[in-house]
Amino acid sequence: MQQNTPFSQPIVSLRDVQKSFGPLRVLDGVSFAVERGEVLALIGRSGSGKSTALRCIDRFEKVDGGEIVVCGHRVDRPDVDLRALRQDVGIVFQSYNLFPHLTIEQNITLAPCAVKGIAKSRAKDLARKVLAQVGLEEKLHAYPEQLSGGQQQRAAIARSLAMQPKVMLFDEVTSALDPELTAEVLKVIEQLAADGMTMVMVTHEMGFAKGIADRIVFMHRGKVHETGPASILTSPTTPELTQFVGTGNLKS
Amino acid sequence: MSLQLDFPAVLERWPNFLGGAALTLELAAFATVFGALFGTLAAVGRGSRNSLIASACKVYVEAIRNTPLLVQIFLVYFGLASLGLKFSAFTVAVAALTINVGAYTAEIMRAGFEAIPRGQIEAAEGLALSRLQVYWHIILLPAIEKVYPALTSQFVLLMLASSVCSQISAEELTAVANYIQSDTYRAFETYIIVAVLYVILSLVMRAGFWGLGLVLFPRRRQLGTPL
Repeated sequence: MQQNTPFSQPIVSLRDVQKSFGPLRVLDGVSFAVERGEVLALIGRSGSGKSTALRCIDRFEKVDGGEIVVCGHRVDRPDVDLRALRQDVGIVFQSYNLFPHLTIEQNITLAPCAVKGIAKSRAKDLARKVLAQVGLEEKLHAYPEQLSGGQQQRAAIARSLAMQPKVMLFDEVTSALDPELTAEVLKVIEQLAADGMTMVMVTHEMGFAKGIADRIVFMHRGKVHETGPASILTSPTTPELTQFVGTGNLKS
Repeated sequence: MSLQLDFPAVLERWPNFLGGAALTLELAAFATVFGALFGTLAAVGRGSRNSLIASACKVYVEAIRNTPLLVQIFLVYFGLASLGLKFSAFTVAVAALTINVGAYTAEIMRAGFEAIPRGQIEAAEGLALSRLQVYWHIILLPAIEKVYPALTSQFVLLMLASSVCSQISAEELTAVANYIQSDTYRAFETYIIVAVLYVILSLVMRAGFWGLGLVLFPRRRQLGTPL
């Protein structure tokens, strides 16, 4: 537990992270840090390495070099305690990945019961609480296939929240949704941000990133190309970001 | 040419028929339970990172799937005997059928495992579930649901194939029929009755698996859609 970490210690920090898939260099010296309560948006073209960078934080990808520290865990080390790390980190995927054979309640209570060993009845209370947070109390006993895409993604967020993570990772969580469903998911994430949750999100929703992110990291060809407050989206300094936000990406 | 059927002459042996049918069902039940466990382990083993385990499981599956059941039964029967081990015909039959259906179960389960999307496993790992928990909750149970129809057909097939156990004088339905027809000289009638009894046993098994499915797969029971 990292209860006594000094205030200045970031929750997530990447330093000079390297990652290749075969001959393809996906991350080429990536560094950034996320402070407690901060919302960081990773943006960039497809293939720029932003999703890989995010997945490295939860060690779904092993890095080739550099240092990653997440809630005190040295994620770059081979001996990292994965289960301890993943109790501190929640991750939500583009494809929801709810467990189709379980009800929404069972999806949510599975990990708290199996991993933290909390009692079934307490886990059920918890499920109700996190579902209320995402506005889906009435779907407690539904199965994933009975929910719309937006509802499934909100349930997936609730499932993650039930583990009470210290940081949440969002990997293009609205990319599979139409604008209306996107809006309902973004509303949930906005509320999380307002509640002070530390978040790292890979997103193509530039308008949303601009509205919610404390900081933007623009990735280009495996490097952090430009970083700064959300205002860099309206006044970019590099030609690449100028072009990126200029190509109709910045919806209001 | 006239066909003259004399069923009463054969049917008076009904206690023998019932005994044989009961033993067939018993054989099938044991071999199904053991074969399901054994085959699932073999399927897990085939995906093992340990190449020795993986190839051992592959050799087992291929060896069984490419030899006749009768030969396998003889191999177990005479193999154990030549090692000086004495087992009842029933035990040998259960062992041989288990080995046989285990190989087919392994192939079916492997298909089920492969049908679990990678994202499901990542989501479970992301929730800090242990490897064993992921295997149990996220891979095994949904995989069984996905391949349940193929699996249960295989087990019914096993029950029917157990008729070759008559060759090692296990007193199952076909063996009983062989005695009766040689006693009564009413072969056609005997095997008509045996055929009907096998149909009934099949239906009983299918009904059992259907009921078990209702218990095992509550989602399917409620929604009626395949996973």
